[in-house]
This record gives sequence, C-alpha cells and structure tokens, in this order.
Amino acid sequence: MEAPTPRTALFKDAEHLARVAGLFLLGIGGFWVAQRLLVPEGFGQYGHYRPGALADKRDQPLVFAGRAACEQCHTDIAETKAKGKHARPACEACHGALALHASDPTVKPTRPDGRTLCLRCHAALVGRPSPFPQIDAAEHAPEGACTACHAAHDPGLGGAP
Amino acid sequence: MTVDRREFLSRTGKLLLLTGTAAAALEHVLAGRAAAAPGYAETEHWWGMIVDIDKCIGCGNCVRACKEENDVPREPYYFRTWVERYHVEHGDMEHPTVDSPNGGFDGFPERYASGDGSKSFFVPKLCNHCVESPCVQVCPVGATFRSRDGVVLVDKDYCLGCRYCVQACPYGCRYIDPRKHVVDKCDLCYHRITKGLTTACAEACPTGARQLVDLKDPKDPVHAFLRTRSIQVLKPQMATHAKVFYAGLDGSVR
Repeated sequence: MEAPTPRTALFKDAEHLARVAGLFLLGIGGFWVAQRLLVPEGFGQYGHYRPGALADKRDQPLVFAGRAACEQCHTDIAETKAKGKHARPACEACHGALALHASDPTVKPTRPDGRTLCLRCHAALVGRPSPFPQIDAAEHAPEGACTACHAAHDPGLGGAP
Repeated sequence: MTVDRREFLSRTGKLLLLTGTAAAALEHVLAGRAAAAPGYAETEHWWGMIVDIDKCIGCGNCVRACKEENDVPREPYYFRTWVERYHVEHGDMEHPTVDSPNGGFDGFPERYASGDGSKSFFVPKLCNHCVESPCVQVCPVGATFRSRDGVVLVDKDYCLGCRYCVQACPYGCRYIDPRKHVVDKCDLCYHRITKGLTTACAEACPTGARQLVDLKDPKDPVHAFLRTRSIQVLKPQMATHAKVFYAGLDGSVR
C-alpha cells in the first residue's frame, strides 16, 4: 500500500501546467480575435452566407425603367398601344433601356431605327413560331420604311401613329 | 489525487469544448442583423421563371437587355442568359443541331430551309435557380447561396474565383468575370424584383415568352400555367429542383 501523496507533490509541476494553460488561452484568444476580424458581420444568420450581400445586390442601379414608369407620363401612347397588336411588348423592348430618361426627362432617348428594329422580330426566320407575323424583307416593301404604312404603336394598317 | 495523462487530456478536452461552445454562442448573440429592404419581405416570395417555347421568336432582346442591365462583358462568351436554336431533322431526337451565335445577341442568321421535314425552334436559357443547387453545395466559402426568396445569388465581395461552381452547374450558367476574376451569373435581376419590377429579360421580351413568376403569390398566373400546360425543367435527372419551367419543351433539348 502506497502512502497518500502529499498535497505539495500534486502541484510540483504547476509551472508546466501554467505554461500549457497559458498557451491554450493564447491560442483560444488568437482564434477568437482572428474570427472576429475575418468572419463578416452576420455570417450564418440565414445560412452559410453573408446577409449583407443581399443589400449589395439590391443597391445595383436600374438600367431599364420598366413599362409602368413609361406609362406614368406617356399615357396617350399607352392607350394607343393597349388597343393594338403591340399591346404586349413593353416600351423598352423597342426603345431600349431608359431608366436615365425616366429619372431625368431632359435626357432625350434616341429614336429607334425603324426597319432594322422591326425586322429583328418580324423578318421571316425558320424556327419562328408560325402564328407570329413575319415578312420576307426582300419582297415586302424592300425600299420603304415600315412606318410609312404601319404605325409602330398600333401596327395594324390604318392604325393611329 | 493524482492526475494522470488520461485524466489531464480528458479535462482539457472538455474545457476546450466548453470554451468553443461559449464562443459560438457569444458569436450568435453579437451577430448583427442584415439591413432590411424597405417594403420587401424576403420570406413572402419564391421566385422562378416560366418560358413558353411556342412564343419565343429568337429576336435576342432578352440577351441584349440582360447584358445592358447587368453590365455583362460584351465578348461573345459571357452570358447570364442566352438563346439556343435547335434543329431536329426527321425526328432524330438524339442528334439535334444546336447553334447560338453570340448567344443570340445579334439575332439568328437564316440557316435552315422550311418544308424539308425538319423542325427548328428557340430555347432561351438562364440560371435555373435550383432549390437543390449543385453550385451552392460546392462553394467552399459561402459566396454562392440561395436567398430565402429562392434566388441563387453570388456574393462578389466574398467569392474567391475558385471556379468549383462553374464546373458544378449542370446548365453551364456561370462564367468568370474577366474584370474582377470572380464568378457571375443570372441573379433574376435581384435589384429589380425586390423593387416590384420584373427582370430586364422579361421586360424586353416582346412576346411574353419568358416571365418572372412568384410561386408564393396565389394570384400569379404561374399556377394556371403550371396546371394547364405540359411543363418540363431542364435535366430533371439531375434532381436540382429547377425553378425555370418550360412549356412546350422538345425532348431533344439538353
């Protein structure tokens, strides 16, 4: 039977223990500081990502204003369009992106190039669904401007401009 | 009381575990909240897109609009969305001819003749905003993620440009932006849809062939569309739970 160890003997290596504990504390502290510095704010709140990225995404500026913005001012054109065959295409489908014009009306948009623009959709092309109106550009008024006969906003013959 | 090596390691291990747990808990408490979007409740939407093949005329408006809206490089191999032309001869479903000159940016030159027993049609493509998306699963840093409204987004400030996601995407929807060397892809115009607008491609589409849909909105026409039409998603065998729904999609489409 061994004699009970004296209390002092238990801590005879206390200096070593303190050194190891100090190292651990240093490591944990270092890890904590590094984590605070490196992990972005709120990371993991909704999933494995940075929630601030959503706000960054939302801040991207608009380039297309959207048809509602156009129709706020151009009510007459909106009415004409709504009755005709071009009711479906939004304004910027033909006129191009105009968020700059919508936020500052003094920025004037350029007029779309009639025939080139029309043919982009309406030139006959194998693969276009057959119910969609298409023309053979070489035969269908090859020299003329489309708008001589068709009003762009209401393209049926005899439509309003 | 003697402390042998086993006891020492066990106690130290427990201590470390507890410290770690406490640190994690503290982290959770200290985490800041993301800036909320005014007038937009993320959890009340579930975004997707519907594409009606019978309406697509291959005009390329969507491709041009997307590049303009999202400042996509104009080189002919960077696209967030693009249009493919399929050509199937005499029902040879296994071997369609597919072309997409500049992604359809300049429209499609006439290449085929009608009435020879073949068929041609256009297929717009974009990120499918998969619910179980492979790209999100492989991103090592959490730069690609699915937001709570169902949009797969890229955190450009956090992306390392490692390209795992480019390889993981079964649909080829991602590219590395040559200016920042980070990945980019369709984000369903997140800056627009969170303001109540539709995407740039849907805005510019003259025939309504592609439309943004909110699957959580009971009044959205998507529900009738999904119910009444023959619907297919791309590569259903990949089990990605894609949210771009095609009506009238031919079996030859890959």
